[in-house]
Amino acid sequence: MSVFAFYLFALSAITGGLFTVISRQPVHSVLWLILTFISAAGLFVLLGAEFVAMLLIIVYVGAVAVLFLFVVMMLDVDFAELKAEMARYMPLALLIGLVILMQFVMAYGSWESAHAADSLRAQVVPTDKHNTEALGAIIYDQYFLLFQLAGLILLVAMIGAIVLTLRHRQNIKRQDILAQMYRDPAKAMQLKDVKPGQGL
Amino acid sequence: MISTDLTIILPEIVLAVYAMLALVVAVYTKKDGLAGALIWTTAALMVVLAGWIATGAGGTNLAFGGMFVDDGFSRFAKVAILLSAACVLVMSQDFMARRDFLRFEYPLLVALSAVGMMMMVSAGDLMSLYMGLELQSLALYVVAAMRRDSVRSTEAGLKYFVLGALSSGLLLYGASLVYGFSGTTLFSGIIQTTQHGEVSLGLLFGLIFLISGLAFKVSAVPFHMWTPDVYEGSPTPVTAFFATAPKVAAMGLFARVLHDAFGGAVADWQQVIVLLSVMSMFLGAVAAIGQHDIKRLMAYSSIAHMGYALIGLAAGTEAGVKAMLMYMAIYVTMNVGTFAFILMMERDGQPVTNIDALRQYAKREPGKALAVLILMFSLAGVPPMLGFFAKLGVWQAGVQAGLIWLVVASAVASAIGAFYYLRIVFYMYFGEDTDSQLDSNNSPVLWGALMASAALMLIGVFYQFGVEGAAAAAAATLVN
Repeated sequence: MSVFAFYLFALSAITGGLFTVISRQPVHSVLWLILTFISAAGLFVLLGAEFVAMLLIIVYVGAVAVLFLFVVMMLDVDFAELKAEMARYMPLALLIGLVILMQFVMAYGSWESAHAADSLRAQVVPTDKHNTEALGAIIYDQYFLLFQLAGLILLVAMIGAIVLTLRHRQNIKRQDILAQMYRDPAKAMQLKDVKPGQGL
Repeated sequence: MISTDLTIILPEIVLAVYAMLALVVAVYTKKDGLAGALIWTTAALMVVLAGWIATGAGGTNLAFGGMFVDDGFSRFAKVAILLSAACVLVMSQDFMARRDFLRFEYPLLVALSAVGMMMMVSAGDLMSLYMGLELQSLALYVVAAMRRDSVRSTEAGLKYFVLGALSSGLLLYGASLVYGFSGTTLFSGIIQTTQHGEVSLGLLFGLIFLISGLAFKVSAVPFHMWTPDVYEGSPTPVTAFFATAPKVAAMGLFARVLHDAFGGAVADWQQVIVLLSVMSMFLGAVAAIGQHDIKRLMAYSSIAHMGYALIGLAAGTEAGVKAMLMYMAIYVTMNVGTFAFILMMERDGQPVTNIDALRQYAKREPGKALAVLILMFSLAGVPPMLGFFAKLGVWQAGVQAGLIWLVVASAVASAIGAFYYLRIVFYMYFGEDTDSQLDSNNSPVLWGALMASAALMLIGVFYQFGVEGAAAAAAATLVN
């Protein structure tokens, strides 16, 4: 059963990946990408990593792919022109891709792990803890340094986005919330007693 | 355990915390008005950290279960990275301020990128390698596109980003293959699997992908295509930064991966490095001949110089690593001076990058022209200058390792490449006079950097300020 599930998910992941690249409609590409993510989540479940599988669905499918969908829909890119440009290099790219693929088939054919590899790999999966607990222990303890570095990388990404896009424009009206809050009738209104027939 | 770990990475923590604090302070106070002060404080902090690292306790310390390695090699590279980054920072202030794109994020991004570089040269694990590399690169992508109103600067940033992402993909794929073979991402674990008997084909594939990703970062041929465009498009101070500290960091990382993780398989990676080295030297020498833009010239020059430095790595010996470190230290010193001069090249307040503008420069500015002459001779590797001894070092290491034909090829490439360095000197001294002359910009910082760098090229021949001894010690800790 699990072998069947593995091949099902693996096949749909590869199909999804392939159609992400070759489909004509960019929106379809994103939908195929979502299929790939879901298949990958299925593979994680088979490995016993349920938490990572759910994260993949919530974060990648739920947030990233949907955001991506909006970006693709909103961008005014002439995909037909891009495709035509790509078609020019297609024969060469296909040739190189084929050669690399053949080399990989050869490499995987004679694949052989180091003696200690299986036992080393098994070390990371604890048997007596839940998924989430085990992940927490690894990320916040063993890989604490990497976790902090990932935070720094995100900080740089944020600074970069602000540096490259934020424009502080002068000469426009901005909302000043403090000034609004401190307004009271005495400052904002003036009562005038207008005499009949005289005007202001 | 955790407190000793944190003590070992204290220099990195100090720099990262400083960058974050300064960011908050600048945002809540004068913003870009603080940029000039931040440049000087960042540079001062980098110099202090470099001094601290250089004079600190010796020995090899591992932190976080071996993911972070603090040894003589990483300390040498860190000092070079911090000092060159500090030099380039103070050199960029005047240029950026006068063109009105000096922003307070610039010194802080450079500081964060320096943190990434320090992580890179100290990496003891494929994951910390990748984290350091991304931290460094991401900050570099942003500073390349810093000048938002210039199409070329944005294009440079975007091009660098897209190709950088591609190279990261190659690197990660290689890392996953290596992990699949050895079952661990720690370098100390990987080297154990390579020392027992034959290296499997899968591991070799992973190694090749890893090398491809790293070759992109050092801009070795055939992964060099981004270099001329990015160097030309980026603002000149940013180009100066690209050509110095990140190159040291990427070379240091290259040496660390090859020796710490794959030291048992020297014969397997040696031929790849030799190929990268030969192609880089020849392409760098030949492609630059038709260039008249000095920033593109320096880009091809950096490709060629990375080729020479790779000879040291290709040797696969302790002497090779030492020669490579010396080469990088000298290369960075030369580049700081050369870029100080490029930053001074301007006409009517606008930067000029065409070398035709240098005709008859020696008549108007004999002092600066002499300094540039020394630097160009040194870059070309003409004997009395320090640049020649840098090349001599890698050649000696290459001959000892039996790579004689590689050394001969590199001498030929060096002779071809000398043409374009000497052409600049020729234009300055014997070129026909033009009516469009360069301004005599005399920023004291740039002038000082140019003169100090040129002077070091002469003094360094007789006295190396202990750099050679430090490089030898650093190489000894890496290769054993």
